[in-house]
Amino acid sequence: MDFSFSDEQVELRHAVRHALAREFPLDALRVTVQTTADERAERAGARWRMLAELGAPALLVPETAGGLGLSDVDLVGVLEEAGWSALPEPLLETAGLAAPMLATLLPVAPAAGALHALVSGKAPLAVGGIDIGPGGPSSPTAVTPDGMLRTPRVVGARTATVYLLACRDPDSGWQLHAVPAADCTLAPTPTLDGTRDLSTVHWPLSSETLLAYGVAAEASVGLMADRGAAGSAALLIGLADRMITMAADYAKERHQFGKPVGSFQAVKHLLADARVKLEFARPATYRAAWSLASAQPSVSHDASMAKAMASDAADLAARVALQVHGAIGYTWECDLHFFMKRAWALSATWGDAATHRQLVLAQARRRGVPARRSDPGT
Amino acid sequence: MDLTFDAEHEEFRAEARAWLRAHVPHEPLPSLDTAAGFEAHRAWETALFSDRWSVVSWPIEFGGRGVGIMAWLVFEEEYYRARAPKRVSQNGIFLLGPTLLEYGTPAQKERFLPPMASGEEIWCQGWSEPDAGSDLAAIRSRATRNAGGDGWLLNGQKTWASRGAFADWCFGIFRTDPQAERHRGLTYFLVAMDAPGVTVRPIPQIDGETGFAEIFFENVEVPDAQVLGDEDAGWSVAMSTAGSERGLSLRSPARYTKAAARLIDLFDQRGAPPMAADAVARAYMDAEAYRLHTYWTASQVARGHAVGPEASCNKIFWSETDVQIHETALALLGPEAELLESGSPGEWLDGYLFSLAGPIYAGTNQIQRNVVAERLLGLPRG
Ligand SMILES: Cc1cc2nc3c(=O)[nH]c(=O)nc-3n(C[C@H](O)[C@H](O)[C@H](O)COP(=O)(O)OP(=O)(O)OC[C@H]3O[C@@H](n4cnc5c(N)ncnc54)[C@H](O)[C@@H]3O)c2cc1C
Repeated sequence: MDFSFSDEQVELRHAVRHALAREFPLDALRVTVQTTADERAERAGARWRMLAELGAPALLVPETAGGLGLSDVDLVGVLEEAGWSALPEPLLETAGLAAPMLATLLPVAPAAGALHALVSGKAPLAVGGIDIGPGGPSSPTAVTPDGMLRTPRVVGARTATVYLLACRDPDSGWQLHAVPAADCTLAPTPTLDGTRDLSTVHWPLSSETLLAYGVAAEASVGLMADRGAAGSAALLIGLADRMITMAADYAKERHQFGKPVGSFQAVKHLLADARVKLEFARPATYRAAWSLASAQPSVSHDASMAKAMASDAADLAARVALQVHGAIGYTWECDLHFFMKRAWALSATWGDAATHRQLVLAQARRRGVPARRSDPGT
Repeated sequence: MDLTFDAEHEEFRAEARAWLRAHVPHEPLPSLDTAAGFEAHRAWETALFSDRWSVVSWPIEFGGRGVGIMAWLVFEEEYYRARAPKRVSQNGIFLLGPTLLEYGTPAQKERFLPPMASGEEIWCQGWSEPDAGSDLAAIRSRATRNAGGDGWLLNGQKTWASRGAFADWCFGIFRTDPQAERHRGLTYFLVAMDAPGVTVRPIPQIDGETGFAEIFFENVEVPDAQVLGDEDAGWSVAMSTAGSERGLSLRSPARYTKAAARLIDLFDQRGAPPMAADAVARAYMDAEAYRLHTYWTASQVARGHAVGPEASCNKIFWSETDVQIHETALALLGPEAELLESGSPGEWLDGYLFSLAGPIYAGTNQIQRNVVAERLLGLPRG
């Protein structure tokens, strides 16, 4: 039993924090939503190259395939840092979901191509077509009258060159595809969080892009759902930490009644409650990363628990941080809202807290026979 | 990172499990807040001790097995799994014991640790006073030099001492320098409850049993050998005890994971009412999160880091998790919850009453929130 990070893991995380603080300071978030599409794309490209130099996108890709050959336990701290800085780029989707999936499907031609694009570090990969509901993974991908497929809420499509898309047919089951961006039409979707890149993607179903189908696809989708839940938990932990820190800093500066507002107990206790929630969501999130890395039979349970606790922790941190800021926190000028909106968005994706509590309870009741989402038929 | 126990720990687990299976009494012992129950629990402590299971993490010479903190957690998991009796020695073995190991002289360790481990001497905690609860540094009980200059005279009153009506010894803090700043002139004393001048008045708790006692001190003679730590340095010694109370040693996670498992059984027995599902899931996850957090903290300790003010997060979390588990169980029991039957309902009710004390003792949760805000988040003192 050693529930801690290695020195290298801590160093990697620090390197990412410093690089992001340098390349992506707070005012850059504002630029992301307030500037021209061209400048936005240029800055996003620069950030992605910086992440690629750190090896972040290909962290989970085996060394033989040009990656760093590291594990989810190495990635979790990097994702936490991405949350801390509210990084808009699809790091979770590329490094946490697409990379390990493609690596396991490598002999398949479209997988090799997509992985090559990923390892080159030129652009992120987009991911879409998987949601998590009380019954487990489901797909929002629908067939349109013209015979194309339509996947809403694809993350990262504006910058990616390859899209990893899933669909599910009631009869034949799941399919996973790696579709070149050039084959798709995109409808970018404005969202409350103007920094997240979401689009509806129309794509043709073709055997040339097929990565996996049937039982193999179901297993892959199950594992992606686990990684999506666990990875977004890590992002949420970072966001919660940042919002609590911002609010505590503000409470030390802002004076009312002749004192810093942070000296009032009502303010202290709000922040303390948020801090306690974060303190206990964190180990749950790290455990999920370890379960993924070591393929534990309890991985779905562990990922669900992490997502439920991290979503709650981030939601509470957002509420508390806004309350502690007062009216200034309600302005566009204050940076807090970027973090709050990202937290709300992530808390609702890959299954919200209530959904994951149901999933956890169902598994806890079947104690002794933990089920993996990636085990077909469970 | 590795969240599995190695073969050595698993062997230790198997050994503990086998011993507990063979020795845990089949019928629950009478309540430890009664005279008879207290003695029955003392006998259980003696049984644990005779096979070296009472204080596994202590050094061998004091009755332990010298195992690390992870093995202790394993033992605790097995202990709760076996539904073994409550630890009547808890104030001694979990609170004073670690403090004695840190601050005690060799002679004090030798004198006090083995009988503490065996249940021969059971300790109570004499900190709170009628006018000093949360504000512990406001204590007024005094210790003054005796005529011979080789010891002390204690005078004053302590209150809310758990099981103080039956205990053999008391550890308490007394004011030795009334002129000094409040936190400085305090000294930590070890006092025999049968010393001349000690009077005990039992106080029934919310359930009617004698859980509390007031302790009156009237010119009680205490030799220098019974001062723990330095004269006037009692506050920092006491903070070490408080660290154990809030941090790793008083409330091991197995207590909550076991209760959460029972809660899920109850949920199933009651037909899994959908209305209760979310609360059951939360209670289960919180217990599980507390277990993970404990592994996390223990791993930091194993790597040589100290447990800091995070211990206050711990205390808030375990106490509120306990309340939540029991509230949910009572909601599942509905109108049966008030029945004091032996077996399921009565046990949940007992547990509920006890859980309600958690946010009060060991420093109230409001006080812990102050600590989290000031020491973890750096907010200014009010
Ligand atoms: C079951 C049980 C067992 C106990 N066992 C022992 C024992 O063995 N030995 C022992 O010495 N003591 C024991 N205690 C006493 C315990 O330590 C005290 O109850 C505790 O420290 C609180 O003190 P108080 O009861 O005087 O409450 P008070 O300090 O009077 O507090 C009353 C209320 O005011 C709040 N409050 C006080 N100050 C502040 C502040 N600064 N900020 C915000 N809120 C504040 C408190 O949180 C509480 O809600 C036990 C208590 C219980 C319930």
